[in-house]
Amino acid sequence: MAMDATATAGNRGEKIRSDCYVRIRPRNSGRIAIQLDSKVASVFGEQIRQQVRQVLKEMGVKHAEVELEDTGALPFVIAARLEAAIRDLHIPHKSYIPGMIPQNLYETDRKRFRLSRLYLPGNTPRLMLNAGIHHPDGIILDLEDSVAPDKKAEARLLVRNALCQVDFYGAERMVRINQLPRGLEDLEDIVPHHVHLILIPKCETGKQVQLVEDRVRDILRAADQERNIYFMPIIESCLGVENAFEIASSSDLVVAMAIGLEDYTADLGVKRSSTGEESLYARTRMVNACKAAGIQPIDSVFSDVADTEGLKATVMRSRALGFEGMGCIHPGQIAVIHEGFRPGEEEVRSAEEIIRAFREAGARGEGVIAVGSKMVDPPVVRRAWQTLELARRFGMKSLPEPSSPPTNDNSDR
Amino acid sequence: MNYVTNQAGRRIPSEINDDPVVPFMGVGKYQPDARKHAPRISSCKDYPSDGNKLLGGLREALEKSGLCDGMTISTHHHFRNGDLLANQVFDIAHEMGVKGLRWFPSASFPCHAHLIPSLEDGTIQRIEGSMNGPLGRFVSEGGMKGTGVLRSHGGRYQAVQDGEVTIDIAVIGAPAADAFGNANGLYGNSACGSLGFALADSRYADKVIIVTDNLVEFPCIPWQIQGNDVDHVVRVEKLGDPAQIVSGTTRITRSPDRLLLAELTARFCEAAGIIRDGFSFQSGAGGTSLAVGEYFRKIMKKKGIRARFARGGSNRYLVSMLEEGLIGYLLDGQTFDLEGVRSMAENPNHVWTSPFTSYNYHGKGNFAGMVDVVVLGATEVDTEFNANVVTHSDGTLLHGIGGWQNCLFSRTVILPVPLFRDRIPVLRDRVTTLCGPGELIDVIVTERGIAINPLREDLIEHTRNASLPIKSVEELKAEADGICGVPDAPGLEERVVAAVKWVDGTVLDVVQQISIPGH
Repeated sequence: MAMDATATAGNRGEKIRSDCYVRIRPRNSGRIAIQLDSKVASVFGEQIRQQVRQVLKEMGVKHAEVELEDTGALPFVIAARLEAAIRDLHIPHKSYIPGMIPQNLYETDRKRFRLSRLYLPGNTPRLMLNAGIHHPDGIILDLEDSVAPDKKAEARLLVRNALCQVDFYGAERMVRINQLPRGLEDLEDIVPHHVHLILIPKCETGKQVQLVEDRVRDILRAADQERNIYFMPIIESCLGVENAFEIASSSDLVVAMAIGLEDYTADLGVKRSSTGEESLYARTRMVNACKAAGIQPIDSVFSDVADTEGLKATVMRSRALGFEGMGCIHPGQIAVIHEGFRPGEEEVRSAEEIIRAFREAGARGEGVIAVGSKMVDPPVVRRAWQTLELARRFGMKSLPEPSSPPTNDNSDR
Repeated sequence: MNYVTNQAGRRIPSEINDDPVVPFMGVGKYQPDARKHAPRISSCKDYPSDGNKLLGGLREALEKSGLCDGMTISTHHHFRNGDLLANQVFDIAHEMGVKGLRWFPSASFPCHAHLIPSLEDGTIQRIEGSMNGPLGRFVSEGGMKGTGVLRSHGGRYQAVQDGEVTIDIAVIGAPAADAFGNANGLYGNSACGSLGFALADSRYADKVIIVTDNLVEFPCIPWQIQGNDVDHVVRVEKLGDPAQIVSGTTRITRSPDRLLLAELTARFCEAAGIIRDGFSFQSGAGGTSLAVGEYFRKIMKKKGIRARFARGGSNRYLVSMLEEGLIGYLLDGQTFDLEGVRSMAENPNHVWTSPFTSYNYHGKGNFAGMVDVVVLGATEVDTEFNANVVTHSDGTLLHGIGGWQNCLFSRTVILPVPLFRDRIPVLRDRVTTLCGPGELIDVIVTERGIAINPLREDLIEHTRNASLPIKSVEELKAEADGICGVPDAPGLEERVVAAVKWVDGTVLDVVQQISIPGH
């Protein structure tokens, strides 16, 4: 290999913060020579140099010149940038994976609420650090559309290291992989690091979900891990909409399905409107497919981050159509979405009454449930149950934990 | 050089600028015993009986005021980063070949980086006043000949009143003035609201020059500065750049992280019972502080609460609260936008104040202690709740004290700060420069939790059952260290480049020259 080869990784420039840009030039001999230009040099300079030496040593790189321009990157970012540059050199090396912080080892649940899920561009460390403090239900580290084509490889390592080292404070840990087949390669670096859910973009067939599931199973087995990783396919095309039920029911691990309206409307050949008439068919069809398959339907993101009123109106429409969550592209949208899905006081009171009546009828061994003079059908009981679950999610109610939810057998239908 | 350790445990030299230092003795411990300083006796016979004190230009006024080597010249920051006056004053001094001046500004801004050559060539020997941005860096790197002195707004009044600083010539920029010297900041192209920072100078300086770009016929009403204190009046084309003096658009932050800090701060105040009918508050004009005000507004509207008064830093948000009746009076020390200027001119309940009314240590009381809650910033806070507001963790001097120290005397002091900036933790074992003793700082609000000073058992008790992320300061610090790592101490030289005064004139801490790698 030519020793004048160099490789770079990371970001620099006026607006870049909490990131670094590295350039590595391997050598045949000599020590690791480090040229550091850091805005935190006076208090972290020596620690950064030590880290560079340690990372290179563990990766098996003995002789190299390293230039590092640092805008206050945390150690997991520096490590990801170094590894990305070394990978790009195609010299023999080992991986350097930062340890998993213990607070990241929480589990998720197939049934948990997914009202909000915040997209984070997978190659922008600055936006990752504080994402969790805004308490979205899920955080999506995105490898797909928010990452430039020539940054895909380094983003994958940054996302991997973020999964290990960034505390998302209880949010469901999600990664959106690239469109298949590239997305299958992403899985290698992502799956072993306690990811909860994989978003599969531009999904059009159940077969694609199967491919992801098979690859995930292989990787988990090789890593000697036994756990479920859930899937959320994203439907973004006319064909995807037509195959919605097939996709939704393609695997037990599919827990939710989302719709991506930018791509869908492009495929449809129309402009995306703020009120969404053009996608009404797609959205209702998708909601129906999800409900039929027993999973959560999740609506697209609302792209004007400054338009809070528009977002509010969209959330209300989504909820009315049966969606159980929305995507966010800015932390400011989270509270608005949560507020939109929060059940009203009156709604909760009436649901409580229904459940009380349901329990009393059960205790008496009666099949007929009445609230006041009105008979209540089983589907109404189920909806009341869901309302109370949601109320509990918002801390509105501290109801005694139910022994079991109302049954959902088909005779009700 | 001899050093002593003051009551706060900080090592300070026993002399600064060849004057003996009074070390900080503890909050409220220093008791000076003397009469206040007084300016020279003047006689009206020496002034034009027709009241016309107008001269041909600034140079003539400075010459007539006897500008010479070693004098103390004061200017003010009413025009903020749009100020064109201070630079002219020292350019004239430079032309005249005057050396060794002490510049005594109420604050400096990045626009004053123009004066770095005058600091280098000795026209200005030192600055006693805030040194912001490029000037702060210049001083930190050891460029200034003398030692800088940082004082709070109240401390500046104190130093003038007790004679620690004798002003030879005060140059006061006035957006409106008459030829007798009556002046205010309310009208004209350079309108800036209050002229409160120049009040002490107008009363105590030996010579007072009013410079205006809006000469009105006598009488100039209201006279925030009284012509009876003024020696000369000068008319210029332009005092400042209006776009930089007051902002047409002070804006609430749109950063979700800062909004969260503001929301947590307001929720804390609500839970602690601070937001109640008839309460009072003060918050600055930074994006986060403005947002705190807006969250206060929501809570006040929801609960039907009115504040008796707010202290500002006025801006359009406070003005709209005043006009909506949510605030009874706006006591304004500094006007940040055009809405503030308009309101002060129109609304009798929007009152201009000065460091004398609000902050002065030598007053028979001041307003600061009467405010229920104040929301302030900080560059660093330590586990003893001590805070730094003038240097960064690398030791570089980048901000002034402003009214910050004085506001610490409010009943509850809250610092909303991020837990870390880039990789630099804000919570430290020991602040790089001590500006405010921890016993006066009650609450630190970060995006990852709120720490209450253990001295404030009442606040701890009131918020015990609130749904707020209350943690100990040690827990917060451990979290910051876990994310960032523990920073090393920055390399500092022995040389002291600036002193940080406490509100009573004693020396609380000093700033050392930073080491430049490779030098």
